Amino acid sequence: MTSAQPTPSQTIGPFFSFALDWMDATVLVSAGHPDALGLRGRVLDGGGQAVPDAVVEIWDGSAFGRCLTDTEGAFEFTLHKPAPRGPGHAPHIDVSVFARGLTQRVVTRIYFPDEPQANAADPVLALVEPGRRATLVASEDGGPRSLRFDVCLQGPEETVFFAY
Amino acid sequence: MTSVAGSPDLTIDPPYDATEYRSTALRAPAQPLVLIPSRLLDSAGPVFGDRGVRPSDADLTRQHEGEPIGERINLSGRLLDDSGRPVAGQLVEIWHCNAAGRYAHPVDQHPAPIDPNFSGAGRCLTAADGTYRFVTIKPGAYPWGNHPNAWRPAHVHFSVFGRAFTERLVTQMYFPADPLLAVDPIFNSVRDKHARQRMVSTFDWVTTEEQWALGYRFDVVVGGHLATPHEAQS
Repeated sequence: MTSAQPTPSQTIGPFFSFALDWMDATVLVSAGHPDALGLRGRVLDGGGQAVPDAVVEIWDGSAFGRCLTDTEGAFEFTLHKPAPRGPGHAPHIDVSVFARGLTQRVVTRIYFPDEPQANAADPVLALVEPGRRATLVASEDGGPRSLRFDVCLQGPEETVFFAY
Repeated sequence: MTSVAGSPDLTIDPPYDATEYRSTALRAPAQPLVLIPSRLLDSAGPVFGDRGVRPSDADLTRQHEGEPIGERINLSGRLLDDSGRPVAGQLVEIWHCNAAGRYAHPVDQHPAPIDPNFSGAGRCLTAADGTYRFVTIKPGAYPWGNHPNAWRPAHVHFSVFGRAFTERLVTQMYFPADPLLAVDPIFNSVRDKHARQRMVSTFDWVTTEEQWALGYRFDVVVGGHLATPHEAQS
C-alpha cells in the first residue's frame, strides 16, 4: 500500500515553448563522435497532420534529450546506440511525447534496424502483436548513420504505446 | 506469447479520449496500451544536477527591468514519490500566463495585455527534503476555443522528474475555490474527484509574507501511475 497518492497528469497545453526550450538537449553525443547517429522524425495526428506543439523526450539509460517539434511536427537528435538495459534485451531508447490534446504523455520505444536478432529476442517487443512491432523500429534514412522514427498518435499506422 | 493490454488508471489519470477536451479527437491513441511488467523496466532516469539551473530562475518576478503586475505569490511544496519519500535534487519546471490571462507565446491571441515584465517560466532543483520554492504572480483565467464561452481556470503548468523514466510527470496546479474548476474539461478529464483535488493547491499562512506575498502550497507525488490491465488477450 502506498502512503502518498499520485498527482494526476494534465495536458502540457499549446503554450509551453518559452518554458521548455531552455535546455540544450538535442545532442546527446558530440556530432564528431565516431558512433554518432542522427535521428529524425515527425509527430503526426490521426489525420496525418503535423503536431507542431509537441515535446519529444528521450532516455537511453544514461543520457536524456528533449526536442520541441517545429511547424512540420519534426524533431531531431544526435545520439549513439546505447548498451542493452538488461540481459537478453535489445538496445533501445525510451521516448515520451507530450502535446496539446494528449491528456498525459504517450510512451514508446525506439529500436535499431541493424539489430534484427536482438530485436527478435527482446522481451518487450515480444509483448507486442507481431504486426505492430515495426512501428517501434527506426528505419535507415539515406545511410546507416541516419535514422528515421515517426510517432503516429492515431490512425492505421498508430505507433505502439506502452504503460506499466 | 500472451500480451496484456491496458489503459490509464482512471482513479489517478485522465483517459486519452477525454472527448469533451476537443483537441484529443485526432491525438488520443485508439489502440490499447501494451503493459510492460516492472521486471522488464529500467529503474534509472535523468538527473539534472549539472544542467545549469540558477537560483534566480525560481523567481519569476525578477526576470525583467520592472516587476510584473499581479498578486505576488510564494508557491512552494514538496516533490515526493508514492511512498511519501522526498525526491531530492530533481528538476521542477513551471510556466503560466500573466495576471491578465495571456501567455508570452506568439500563438496566444487572447486580447488581454502583454506584461513586458513577465515571461512566465521558472525552474529549480528540489532540496534534500524534496522542497521546491518559486516566487511568481497569480495567473489569470483566460478564454479558449474548446466550446462556447469556454474559460480555463487559473493554473500553473508543472513539469517534474522523479527518479526513473517511469515517474516523469507533466500536470497543472489550480487554485482553491475557483468557480471555473467545475466546468473545465481539462481539470475534469481526471475522472476521480479525489484525484482532481490533488491538483488544487492550498492557501498557506506559513509561507504568506506580511506586506509582501500570499503563500500557496502544492505537493507533487510521482510514481504509482500504474495502468489498469484489460482482459488478457492472446
